[in-house]
Order: sequence, then C-alpha cells, then structure tokens
Amino acid sequence: MRWEAEVGSSGGAAVALRGATLRFGHHVIWENLDLNVAPGECLAILGPNGAGKTTLLKVMLGLLKLSAGTITIDGRPPGRGRADAGYIAQQRLFDPARPIRGRDLVQFGVDGHRPGLPRTRAAQVDPDIEAVGAQGYADVPVGLLSGGQQQRLRIAQARAGRPRLLLCDEPLTSLDPSAQQEIVAVIDRHRREHGSTVVYVTHEITLIASVVDQVLYVAAGRWAAGPADTVLTTRSLSALYGSHVDVIRVHDHVVIVGEDGSRPGHAGHPP
Amino acid sequence: MAVSCGLIGPFVVTRGMAFAVHGTAELAFTGAAAGLLVADNPVVGALVGAVVVAMLISVFGNRQSERDSAIGVILAFGMGIGVLLLGFYQGFATAATNILFGNIFGVSGSQLIVLLVICLVVMAVMGTCYRPLLFASVDPDATESRGVPVRRLGLLFMVVLALSVTGAAQVVGTLLVLSLAITPAAAAQRLSASPLIVPGLSILFAVAAANGGLLASLQSNVKASVFITSFSFALYVLARLTGPLLRDRRRRALHRSHPADQEPPHPSPVPEPPGTPARAGER
Repeated sequence: MRWEAEVGSSGGAAVALRGATLRFGHHVIWENLDLNVAPGECLAILGPNGAGKTTLLKVMLGLLKLSAGTITIDGRPPGRGRADAGYIAQQRLFDPARPIRGRDLVQFGVDGHRPGLPRTRAAQVDPDIEAVGAQGYADVPVGLLSGGQQQRLRIAQARAGRPRLLLCDEPLTSLDPSAQQEIVAVIDRHRREHGSTVVYVTHEITLIASVVDQVLYVAAGRWAAGPADTVLTTRSLSALYGSHVDVIRVHDHVVIVGEDGSRPGHAGHPP
Repeated sequence: MAVSCGLIGPFVVTRGMAFAVHGTAELAFTGAAAGLLVADNPVVGALVGAVVVAMLISVFGNRQSERDSAIGVILAFGMGIGVLLLGFYQGFATAATNILFGNIFGVSGSQLIVLLVICLVVMAVMGTCYRPLLFASVDPDATESRGVPVRRLGLLFMVVLALSVTGAAQVVGTLLVLSLAITPAAAAQRLSASPLIVPGLSILFAVAAANGGLLASLQSNVKASVFITSFSFALYVLARLTGPLLRDRRRRALHRSHPADQEPPHPSPVPEPPGTPARAGER
C-alpha cells in the first residue's frame, strides 16, 4: 500500500525526542526527555494521571509545541494536521441517536478535515473497514454498536489517513476484557502488515505487554525509557517518584505500590 | 430562510445546542428592540444582537456543561434590557408583537434583501464547512488530531446560527424559532443516519412547514407562525412514529450480519475471542 514504501526509506527513527521539555507557565510537565522509537516499533507511555502522557501525544501530533528541545517524526518536525500520524482517541460511546454510520466515520479519516460536503466513497473506505473486521456493521448508526465495534471503526478511521505512526490514547479503557484483546490484536496486525509505528498511552501494561517493544514511564516531571523489564522495576520507579515504590509481578501482571500503600498510576490490573 | 434553518438544524441537534438557539433568538429580540428605538429598523438590530450574543455564548460556554448556564445568564439579562428598551419605544405595540411572534408580511422590501443575503451567506459557509463541522460534532478529539481548528469552527457555526435564527425570527418570531431550527432536524434524524439525507430531509421539512404555513395563513385570518409551528410539529410526530420502524429494520440487519463480525478477514496468530454481542441486541 501507499505508505508502506516510505517506511524503510526514512532511515532514522520514526519518533525522536531530544532534550524535549514541556512547561505550562512554571509548571514542568516533563523535561530533557530523550526517546528513540524505531519504525515499526511499539511504544507504551505509562505513568500516573496528570503526568503528561496525552500531552506527549499532542506534541507528536503537532498540536502542542515543545518549550525546549526537539521532536521529529520520520526525520521532520510534526506539522499540525499532517497525515503522518493517525490518532485513536479514548473509547467513548457515541450517542445512540447520533445520525452517523460507521462508514461515514471511516470516511472522515480520508477527508474529514477538508472543506466541503460529506460524501461516502466505498472504494476509499471498504479496505479499511474490512481490515478491522467491521464490514458487517459499517452501515449501522454507530450509536447502536458495542464499544468494541465502535473502537474498531475508530481504528479503521485512523488507518484511512494512511499514517505511518499510529497514536492510541487509552484505546482500551472501558472496554470489556474480550473486546480489549480484540482491539490490541487488530492494532498489532495493522502494525505488522504495514510496518507502522504504534504508540500507546495506557494504564494497563498487562493488556499490551505481549506487543510492546519499549516503555516510557513519566512521573513527577521525570522519565525512564527502555524495555519493560528494566523500566518497571522497584529501583527505576523509586528513583522516578523520589520515594520508595514496590513493583510487584504476579504472573504477567505488574502492580506498582507506593510507600503509603497507594497505587500511583498502577500499571497492572485495576483493583 | 427555511433552507438555512434546515441546514443548520442537524448540527444544532447533534451538538445539543437547542437552548443556544433559543438564547440567540430571545436576544435577537433585545437587538430588534434596540434597532427599533435607534434606527427604526428591527432587522438590523436583531442581526447585530444575535451575532454578539452568539459570540458571547461561544466565549463563556465553551464546554457543553457550562454553556447552558452561560446562556441562561446572558438570556435573562438580555431580555431584561429588551423589555426596558421596548418601554422607551413610542411606536405601535404591534411592532413588539411582530418581533416575538413574527409577521412575514411586515418585512419591507429592503429588509427582504438583507434576509436573502443572510440566507446566501449561511448556505455558502455551511457548504464549505459542512464536512469538518460534522466530523467535529461527532468526534472533536479525532478532528483536532487532523489539524482542524475545532474551536474556531465552533465559533463560526455560532455566528452562522445567529444569522439563520434572526432570519427565521422575522417569519415565525423569536419565541417560535425552534420550530424551524430544531423540529425539522430532529424529525430528519429519526428517519436516517446518512450525513447527506439528514440535512436534505431537514431542509425539506423546514421549507414544507414554512411555505405550507404561509399559504394556510393566507387562506385564513390566523398568523403564519401558528401554522408553521403546527406543521413542523406534525412532521416531527410523524417521524417519531415511523422512525422506530426503520430503526428496527436496521437492528435486524445488524443481527443478520453479526456472524461476519466474529471472523476477521485476515488470519491472526493472536487468538481472538468471539466478537462482543451488539449492544443493540441486548436492549
């Protein structure tokens, strides 16, 4: 497909941050962040609420500017609205009365940002609808679909923009466990078939542990990056939080417990 | 005017802005009273009033939860001023009634041209912005990620809304604008989910109610707004009655197609559990 050919030729990293710092006024969100994500790699951004995980996605989308440092996507600074990055928002159910069908939603991925009247071109969206297995319900008003079905359509929409980078902002929240596994599988299949780079923002490393190559943990303005096994350890996270936190592994679940018994940005299953 | 109302209607409904329509319309009344007092021209006054208010609503009530209270605050204050201004006006009392309940036959030739221009402006803006606006109404986060200036688009829509509402108010009056700006769109939504058919039906309903109402009013001594509101209400009731039938048909179609959902077209090494049951089936 169109975007496949360009992946290898870009050479360097799919996402590269150098000394990246973001401040709102005097409040430092994170600083001196260095990160390299290779093309086709899967990165998970973890951390407690308010640590600036979604903010980092917005920087990658070019919607927010860094206070200092640089960011490049495929060697170029991200441009607002450039189709390099596809975005899958947190799962929120559509209003049942919403007069819009699944295929309209996917079509927005092709031309939703361009002025004009809406139209539906089956040839443009059918391949993406089939790729996520949504062909059975693409003509039904989205509000009548289950959360998992809606999320599949959001993935199809992001795909339709032909992005080489797929940014997923808590795509599994409020889905039931079987739907969560399906969505992870659909996204990972897309990554393998098209060599796309995938970035997850999530609380739930457990759900995506099998597909993640690298973890970025942000907390209290500091960060740690690397393979999940080196980042999600008692030592590395204690240094990050500046106080002792225990990282406990139970089977394939990772539980993070603070000194006071709190669960800062628990990365395992919800209690 | 009915065309422009039918066009903005679907967005008013999907964006949950019925109260905003009411708010701008009421304050178009204040503007009209001011216009009447200062320049003896209620149409221009109403236009200015509505646009100013639309911008205020956008600025104060960016989030939907804040918006309704912001509108309430502005509306109450504006109506108070309107009553005060009308008190100063020494002309005929019918002028005030015309603003509130509309009188298409009271619109002068030059005002008619103003209305026509408004209508064309609304159609031009909506023709250009329809797609991104629909995208933003459905999924603002995804729209912003594609580089669409969602907030500015919302402000532009408020201005267009103010223009349409003011225009419609000349016909049905500020108190009854909802019958052209919301009822046809709400009826259309009951019947279709297609992004082209919904505005089409909405415009059709609005035009049918407005023209039918005018004709009926010519045949009798009753004001046109009475017929327009009744016709559009009748269309809505009809749509509510037939809508569930269409919806059931769609749900059955969803059920029939459900097995396809369980088998992804590409073989996957990760075992996938069977598709979640359609929510529609459970209700």
